[in-house]
Amino acid sequence: MNPAFSVIFLTTLIGTGQGLFLALYTAQAYSTVALLPAQPGSFYAVGSAIALALLIAGLIASFFHLGHPERAWRSAARWRTSWLSREVIVLPALMGAVAAYGLVHYYGWGLGLIGINTPVEGDLALVIGAGGVALAFLLFLCTGMIYACIKFLQEWATWLTVVNYTLFGLASGFLLATAYAAWRAPALMYFYGGWTVVATLAVLVTRVVSLIRNRRLKHKSTIQTAIGVRHARIVQKSQGFMGGSFNTRDFFHGVAPRLFRSIKWIFLVLVFPVPLALLFAGMIRNSPVLIAAAFVVQYLGLLAERWFFFAQANHPQNLYYQTIS
Amino acid sequence: MTQLALVIDLNVCVGCHACVTSCKEWNTSGAAGYMSDDRPYGEDPTGNFFNRVQTFEVGEFPNTETVHFPKSCLHCEDPPCVPVCPTGASYKRPEDGIVLVDYDKCIGCKYCAWACPYGVREIDEHQKVMKKCTLCVDRIYDATLPEAERKPACVMACPTSARLFGDVHDPNSAVSIAISENGGYALMPEWGTKPANHYLPRRKTRIRIHPDELVRADNPLKKEGVQPKPDFREPSLDDVTSW
Repeated sequence: MNPAFSVIFLTTLIGTGQGLFLALYTAQAYSTVALLPAQPGSFYAVGSAIALALLIAGLIASFFHLGHPERAWRSAARWRTSWLSREVIVLPALMGAVAAYGLVHYYGWGLGLIGINTPVEGDLALVIGAGGVALAFLLFLCTGMIYACIKFLQEWATWLTVVNYTLFGLASGFLLATAYAAWRAPALMYFYGGWTVVATLAVLVTRVVSLIRNRRLKHKSTIQTAIGVRHARIVQKSQGFMGGSFNTRDFFHGVAPRLFRSIKWIFLVLVFPVPLALLFAGMIRNSPVLIAAAFVVQYLGLLAERWFFFAQANHPQNLYYQTIS
Repeated sequence: MTQLALVIDLNVCVGCHACVTSCKEWNTSGAAGYMSDDRPYGEDPTGNFFNRVQTFEVGEFPNTETVHFPKSCLHCEDPPCVPVCPTGASYKRPEDGIVLVDYDKCIGCKYCAWACPYGVREIDEHQKVMKKCTLCVDRIYDATLPEAERKPACVMACPTSARLFGDVHDPNSAVSIAISENGGYALMPEWGTKPANHYLPRRKTRIRIHPDELVRADNPLKKEGVQPKPDFREPSLDDVTSW
């Protein structure tokens, strides 16, 4: 496939936003049961604002791959069958939840607002945040399933797609949370850093598994099934037109094989060892700048990873477009 | 339930592209609006087509056969492009099984093109909506046309009658009979899309010659080896050239 940068930005930005929000909620949940020191409401409010900004940036990016963005409101219509439609509904719902979560923290509202008095600090935020957590995981599911549900794009059609989208989002979100904590709440830095390492190592395993799977993949469609001629040797002599078309542009990444393979190694280096090394250095030296650098490097790696994910999928329609003219 | 479809006889198609050009002509001037053509005489021509004829060579030289292979939207009975559409712009008509795009609802997200394994959906770079074969839906129901012309433009144009059009769910229709008698098949059956369009396979054509056919029954002399022309050494009529 030919990856669209709008979709690459959409999936990576909202993944990071979701991960950051989950990190904030995790810290609040831990501090509620006194496993972590409590943080002021402003910590969660600013963190939610960053997460919301990432989600909005992702939504804006998504408009660039539409031919008719002014009709985008229509895309919520088919939630019964289309994962894209479901994503279109869940994303604004999550934005609302994250915004409400941040506001409740900012103003320090509790369940007392609606007449329920509990001794728990931040009880209203915990309730809203729980809904947000459900929506965040639902959004990972929707985004992953958009690709995993196309069964003949066999590189995508696996549960690993959903798992990788989720874990990449968690890894980058928790890494951003680590940088944020190093800056605003150093007491949470090691907690977030620890979970970043766990998520990053987990996604290293699942992504390498998916790379191995894709390497061993045997494509079900062949030129024989594509034209229905049972013969071992079939060569395309003409694709029916000279020059290009939508079919020749949108389904090939158009990159030389060597560069294509090198992008795999680039993302494997940029997403895993380099950010982890920067993260360790940053945590030891208590440096928000180094951890922020780790996040930036990993995010660049994620762009390469998502590009590779899209480009690697081999669409069976390409069987019909093997020879120009 | 009706399921209109095309049946294409690969044994007959000669790859003349008449179906491609007539499709382009009919649809670019029809209800679907124009179909883009950019730089048609330039260096990098591109454009929209609902129908393409591709050519494959089967076998190894010298034992090869050329297969001309026309392909347009197959109007699948279980079309993968329809459920993925987030707006409902892509839909399958229950009354005749034609898969269509509502251009006024399409947001141009290209998800349906990704979801089609056959590569028959093409985005119109000018109108920014997804376009595909409509089975000439504006033509086949046009009551002002004579009955015999209520067929897709490609079927009307085919000089060798390689394309048949009809209801594949009606066991008595010409297309159903053609499919069952000639072993008609669907493309990429492995994905369960159940394409409505079918292809009739290439058939081996062998010359069967009976001895009678070598010796003309009405030749009174029974001298088949004697050529009815003068010996090449004999002078010809004008006395200048010889055989």
